[in-house]
Formats: sequence, structure tokens, C-alpha cells
Amino acid sequence: MEPLLIKVIIVIVLFVITLLVALYATFAERKVSAIMQDRIGPNRAGPFGLLQPLADGVKMIMKEELIPALANKWLFIIGPCIALLTALMTGAVVPWGGPIKIGDQVITLQVADLNIGILYIFGVVSMGVYGIMIGGWASNNKFSLIGAIRASSQMISYEIAMGLAIIALVMTTGTLSLNEIVLQQDEGWANIVIQPLGFLIFIICAFAETNRAPFDLPECETELVGGYHTEYSSMKLGFYLFAEYINMFISSAVIVCFYFGGYNFPFQHELAELLGLSSNALSIIQTVFMFGKVFFFIFFFMWVRWTIPRFRYDQLMTLGWKVLLPLALANIFVTGLVMWGMGKI
Amino acid sequence: MLTNKSKQVVKREMTLMEKAYLPAIFSGMFITFKHIFMKKATVRYPEQTRPFAPVYRGQHVLKIDEAGAERCTACGLCAVACPAEAITMVAAERQKGEEHLYREEKYASIYEINMLRCIFCGLCEEACPKEAIFLTDRIVPSSFERDEFIYGKDKLVETIAHPVDVTKRQTPAVLEFKKDKKHKHNLTFLDKVTKTFSRH
Repeated sequence: MEPLLIKVIIVIVLFVITLLVALYATFAERKVSAIMQDRIGPNRAGPFGLLQPLADGVKMIMKEELIPALANKWLFIIGPCIALLTALMTGAVVPWGGPIKIGDQVITLQVADLNIGILYIFGVVSMGVYGIMIGGWASNNKFSLIGAIRASSQMISYEIAMGLAIIALVMTTGTLSLNEIVLQQDEGWANIVIQPLGFLIFIICAFAETNRAPFDLPECETELVGGYHTEYSSMKLGFYLFAEYINMFISSAVIVCFYFGGYNFPFQHELAELLGLSSNALSIIQTVFMFGKVFFFIFFFMWVRWTIPRFRYDQLMTLGWKVLLPLALANIFVTGLVMWGMGKI
Repeated sequence: MLTNKSKQVVKREMTLMEKAYLPAIFSGMFITFKHIFMKKATVRYPEQTRPFAPVYRGQHVLKIDEAGAERCTACGLCAVACPAEAITMVAAERQKGEEHLYREEKYASIYEINMLRCIFCGLCEEACPKEAIFLTDRIVPSSFERDEFIYGKDKLVETIAHPVDVTKRQTPAVLEFKKDKKHKHNLTFLDKVTKTFSRH
């Protein structure tokens, strides 16, 4: 097969899987919140309520689409598009499984193995703030604007700590390619063992970047109506909500790749040898493990959301600038010292 | 202090462990995780219903006797007893040939309960000397119009084909209690009249 055709197929499959996961993440969120509050959750649409996301989607599309009279019409439309676009783009560099061999062709389960994968993720994620900012500004509503300003300042503040946490990881791995990082973790330990503090900083920042509780200030209903999407209705609102769940999925995948060995699992080669698995079969099992880990982190995101109350805005900023940033810097320093001591630099 | 639940407020600096938030967050997450396995409080309504108390006071019924004749004699004690003034009635004399319809010489030609006024206290049932009116475990259904909540005899009187079970509210103990004339509200109109006459 043409390599281009294979890539197109992988892109489409990834696109569909991302949307499906995001679709069912909305359902999972409602179920998780329900079981943690001793309720049952949506169980009417289809068996166990499994058709609930479809019903929600149909509802979103059927609703009246409103554009406020004084809103900037084009920016109002572009906002949610950027949010969804950037959310979907980040998945491109994540390796979803080991290579699959068909004949003499090797197919990597990754859209693009960029040698600057980490930079690509950061670039696209920081573009995501434009979607929120433009949407909030174009709405011509003070609640939207405050929500958007909060979102952008929060994302910018936490991106710094996040980037510094990653720098320590880049120092130990010596590469910016996600595939390389995952392969290194196959040979040695998972990075969580080497960079526990970095992981902690990264996951806290990931919560802030995806605008999830306890850092969901941009859309806190109790203060700002709906935050940046107050004026949005119909599928444009759906795009924003969807972008949040896609971001959650992708950041879970990135966390897994960075710190939890990606698609690798312990003793995989021993298992393959023991059962006499072909490399293709092993790749499929690896993909299953990858998604298992990702789903655990999606659950973790929800688990935290339904446990912790929201931070106050000044607490958020204090945490970001006065705690996480110095910690990330100290992490880089200590990492450098240890590596120097071990003679790796 | 009414209860011993109040705690003294201590305004002190947080310790380093508390400032780190993480131990508190983990203990909170442990609590929410425990709740995953706990019994759910939800009642799946159309399939499951909450159990009713055996003496639940719902929609009223006007009882008929074994022969199918109405027990109510339109004495008006229920209407007098009603604190919400929800009951109105018009009395009529029984004509010849109507003995199978009405048990005594007098009956209620119109008997109406306004279900929007009714507070379901059950005092009408207590006041009734003829064991004619009872509250049942049926719920008054909702409606769009106010006048549909004024229930006439067509909705209140039970039929032989569809008898309404009131045995839970008409227990022997209740009957015994109602015979006890020590309590003022157990006196029938007749009792009150004889009492007034004997006093003079």
C-alpha cells in the first residue's frame, strides 16, 4: 500500500477514535459523578444509558443557534472552531502502539513521528487558548470576557511550569520525540520513577491546561454563568465542551507517553516469548494497554473533579507562580546535579 | 450551646503538610473512591416505587355497604371537621325504591372534595360516624385544570366491581378507639344532642 494512503487511514481512524472517546467521556463523566455521589446516573437511553451521548449530540444540533446582535460574528464562529481544531491536532504525534508488519511494510501506529513532538504539542496546545480568548471576546459579554481572560492568564501561567517540568524530562531522555521517549521506557524504567516531581507538576498543570476542576475558573457556573461560552448555544457550545473532553483524552495520552511507558507494559517481551506471540500480536496488546492507561487517566481527571472544590483565583495564581514554578526550576537543577554526578553530562 | 457539634475556630498558620494540599486531596479522593462501592440512594421510579406507609393518607373513598348501598347519610360532620373546608355536600331524602342505593333515609345527592384545598389530615375519616369516608393509599393524579380537582361522587364512591381496600386504616383498634366517647372528637352528632339535653 501507498505510505500516504496508510497515513490517511491512520488519521481517519485516530479522528474517529478521538471523537468517540470524547463522546463517551461526556457520558463517563456523568456516570462517574453519579457513582461517587451514590446515584446511578443516566440509564434511560439504550442499555445502561449507552445511547445517552447520541441523544445529547442530537439535542445539541437541534437547538436554536443564536449569535448575539452585538457580537463580532466571524470571530464568534471562529472561536469554537479553533478550540476543536487545536484539540484534535495534538493527537498526531502520540504513538498508540508498537509497529505492525504487513509483508515487508512496517506501519507505525502514529500519525507523524516528529523529532520535535514535544514542541509540537506545546505549540498546538498554546494555540488552544486563542479559541477560548477569541470566543470570549467576540461574545461582547462581560462574563464571557472575564472567563476568557481568566482562561488565558491561567493557561499562560501554567504552561511555564509545565514546560519546565518537561525540560527536566527532556534532560534525562535526551530527545524531543514522543516515540523515542516511549521506546526508552521499554528498555529502562518508566519515567515516573526517574521524574516523580516532574510528573506531579506536569499533571497539576495538565488539569489547569484543560480547564478542569479544581482549576475550572474560566467556566465556573457559580461566578461567571458559563464563563467564556456563556453566549454560545447549539453545536458551537458543543464544540467547546467537546474540545475540553478531547483535550482531556489527549493530555491523558501525553501523560502516559511521558511518564508511564506509553504503550509498553511490564515484562512484555518475556510474555511474548512465553506465549510465542508474533510482534504484530504484541503490538495489538500494547495498543490495548495504551488505551487502558489513557482511560485510567481520564477516570483520574473525573475522579479529581468530583472530589476537590474549585481554587480561588488568587490561590490559583499563587500556586502556579510561587509554588509550581520554583519547584519545576528546582527539579531541573536537581536533575542536572544528579546527571552530572552520574557522569551523564 | 444547643448541641455539642460546634467546633472552636482556630486561626493559625497552616503547617507545611497542610500547605502542600496533597495529603488532604488524597484523603478526599479516597473518600470519593469508597462511595463508588456504596449502596445507591436512587429509586428507579417507574419500575420501582418508594414503599408507602401502611396508614398512608391519599385520595378519599366513599364506602358502600355489603349490599352496595352508600353508607354516607350527609350528616355533614366531615365537612365540619375539615380544617381546610374542602368538603361540601347537599343532602337529599331517599325516595321509595332507592333502598338498594342508599342505606339510610337521608343521603348526599352532591358530595364534593376539593383536592387542592384538602390537606389529607384524615379528620373527616375520624369524624364520620357511619364509616363512610376513608383516605386510601391512592395518589391524587395531577391535572392541567383547577376544576378537575373538585372530585364529585363519580370519582369518590367505590363500586361493587372496584372495591377499595381500607382495611389498613380500618383496623379493629381504630374501630375500638372510635367507640371511646371519652375523646371529644369521637362524639357523634347524636351523642352531642343527647348530652346537651341531659345537661338541661
